Amino acid sequence: MRKYIIKRVLLSVLILFFVGFIIYCLMRCLPTSYIEQMARQRSMQPGSKSFEEWMAQLSATYGMDKGLILGYFGWLGNVVRGNFGDSWYFTVPVVEKFHDTVWLSFVMGFISFFFELIIAIPLGIIAATKQYSKTDYTVSIIALAGISLPTFFFASLLKLVFAVKFKWFDLYGLVGRMYDQLTPMGQLLDKANHLVLPIVTLVVCSMGGLMRYTRTNMLEVLNADYIRTARAKGLSERRVIYHHAFRNTLIPIVTIIGGTLPGLFSGALITETLYSLPGIGFTSYTAMRSGDIPFSMFYMVFLAILTLTGNLLADILYAVVDPRVRIS
Amino acid sequence: MARKNADGYLSAKESRRISRENRKVTNVFEKQRKRKNVPESEYLCEMKDISNVIEVEDLHTYFFTDVGTVKSVDGVSFSVPIGKTIGVVGESGCGKSVTSLSIMQLLQRPQGQIVSGEIRMNLGSKAYDIVKTPNEVMQHLRGNEISMIFQEPMTALNPVFRIGAQVDEVLALHNPDMSKHDVRQRSVELLDLVGIANPERVYKMYPHELSGGMRQRVVIAMALACDPKLIIADEPTTALDVTIQAQILDLLRRLKDRINSSIMLITHDLGVIAEMADYVVVMYSGRIVESGTAEEIFNNPAHPYTKGLMASKPVVGRKVDSLYSIPGKVPNPVNMPDYCYFKDRCELCVGKCAGEYPPEIKLSATHTVACYRYVDKEGETNG
Repeated sequence: MRKYIIKRVLLSVLILFFVGFIIYCLMRCLPTSYIEQMARQRSMQPGSKSFEEWMAQLSATYGMDKGLILGYFGWLGNVVRGNFGDSWYFTVPVVEKFHDTVWLSFVMGFISFFFELIIAIPLGIIAATKQYSKTDYTVSIIALAGISLPTFFFASLLKLVFAVKFKWFDLYGLVGRMYDQLTPMGQLLDKANHLVLPIVTLVVCSMGGLMRYTRTNMLEVLNADYIRTARAKGLSERRVIYHHAFRNTLIPIVTIIGGTLPGLFSGALITETLYSLPGIGFTSYTAMRSGDIPFSMFYMVFLAILTLTGNLLADILYAVVDPRVRIS
Repeated sequence: MARKNADGYLSAKESRRISRENRKVTNVFEKQRKRKNVPESEYLCEMKDISNVIEVEDLHTYFFTDVGTVKSVDGVSFSVPIGKTIGVVGESGCGKSVTSLSIMQLLQRPQGQIVSGEIRMNLGSKAYDIVKTPNEVMQHLRGNEISMIFQEPMTALNPVFRIGAQVDEVLALHNPDMSKHDVRQRSVELLDLVGIANPERVYKMYPHELSGGMRQRVVIAMALACDPKLIIADEPTTALDVTIQAQILDLLRRLKDRINSSIMLITHDLGVIAEMADYVVVMYSGRIVESGTAEEIFNNPAHPYTKGLMASKPVVGRKVDSLYSIPGKVPNPVNMPDYCYFKDRCELCVGKCAGEYPPEIKLSATHTVACYRYVDKEGETNG
């Protein structure tokens, strides 16, 4: 087991190296260049140097005068020494900016993930055990609606009903107008209040897939021979489903859950933008749009690390829930 | 019933109409099943013969599918005497397994329903009609009074639980006053009893660590855990190789005598039947075509189908170019004809065969056959 994990980690480092390189190449090839924009701006000022001169000077300052490979190794060298550089657009250290924005997204992601699990899995199981009943059709319709509803549409709908009509929540933003006058507890509640609609949006739009996945898997398991054996033992239907069948349904679900680890940190771009929340999704989008290479590199490599970790975690969990899988 | 269009396919409209009608029918049965607190008097009954452990009478089990109603079991009657083995033979799809699942109340509901008939189960002091027994009571019978051995040992055990836990489960369920320690001890004993070497070790193993034969032994151990009155063995040896087959059959026979229970052995292997069974029931297309003691069936097969089955069995020492096979196919279960189901494949047809389904004819006290060729010989031949 330990040998396997070490091997996987070493392999992940290698993969990461190449993933980083590909991301770096793509970032350098982006049609928007932060340096070009800066150079154009400066050259427009009266009495300034020409565009070409500014370009050459700025490229040298930002370390973009080298080729792709040398540039990548330059970046990598700094990273290995723990220096991710300063964000060009936000003009603060990359790590600091990331730290400021990621936790909001993480809290949102985590809460909605939690609700997704406790809503989607039980509903999927109930739908499977009552296949072709009214309950099953209702759950399937909800799942399908969740999958098909575009986030922006559903978010706008929620805003219209709950923010505009009922005035239960603010239309957007993370804090209300009176935030500074509130007690610490009140401040927390204020933030929570502002997060309700975004989280509802996230849960509804993402749980459909998991629900259908659980239902399909449960149906498959319920038709298995060992479920009939369990029934033949005289076990109650409850125990057959929630003990014998559920443990087997868990196996594929665990794989899915391992894959959601990067999702917790990547933020939700559309939702955050719609509700004007300063989360990582929105921030990374801004950075990307302005060609902020250090920030985008950090963000994407971080996600790559999480994806690899998530996969490794899923493989290990797989062995935990399924005794037939032994890692060696 | 389904009217098919020219291509032989159902139109969408037809299919919808059938499933709507099916739902109407099955909902009635489901409602009946789902009632809570059914009084015991409703499913208490009297055994016709107190020496039988189970009596099946005129059992009709239908499947209401989207292409029409499949009469899987259509008027089957037989009984299993205490301490005896009854063999049920027939080709695939003739309703053997459905009969046994009906007895266990394990049909795939809501499509599969027992439409009519009685299954009387002798519980010693009283008898229950399983057809009417509600689910909560049925759960006490399953695994406890009737248990079942399934045909696929490779998949019959839950892959994520240890062998021990799975055997313990049956014991603990039906003996709530047994302590954990006692349950464990009994499980190990059972594993030992079914001929598993090193039962302590196997107790802690997962199913995938055992071979097919070993798994079938575990399934048998689970089936025998509560000393059931009736063991239904649904093709227990089909998936096993021949040497293991013999061992398993031998084991079943020994254990049956030990706890004095009855076995209902379902198989399509006549050799197994000859070895094990006291009584034989031959099924074809959901009906019993012939039944009698093992000697009667083997020495004096009456129904053309039974004869065909006997003829298609390979015999050691006789050289043939190709094995005999009964010509034709089993009729489509959705639209059963009203004449003898075997007529289209029968080589011994007589004029009357075109008429309605033949009645049961008694050839001796135990030997009955459903075939027009014996109408006049009732009671004459003695098997």
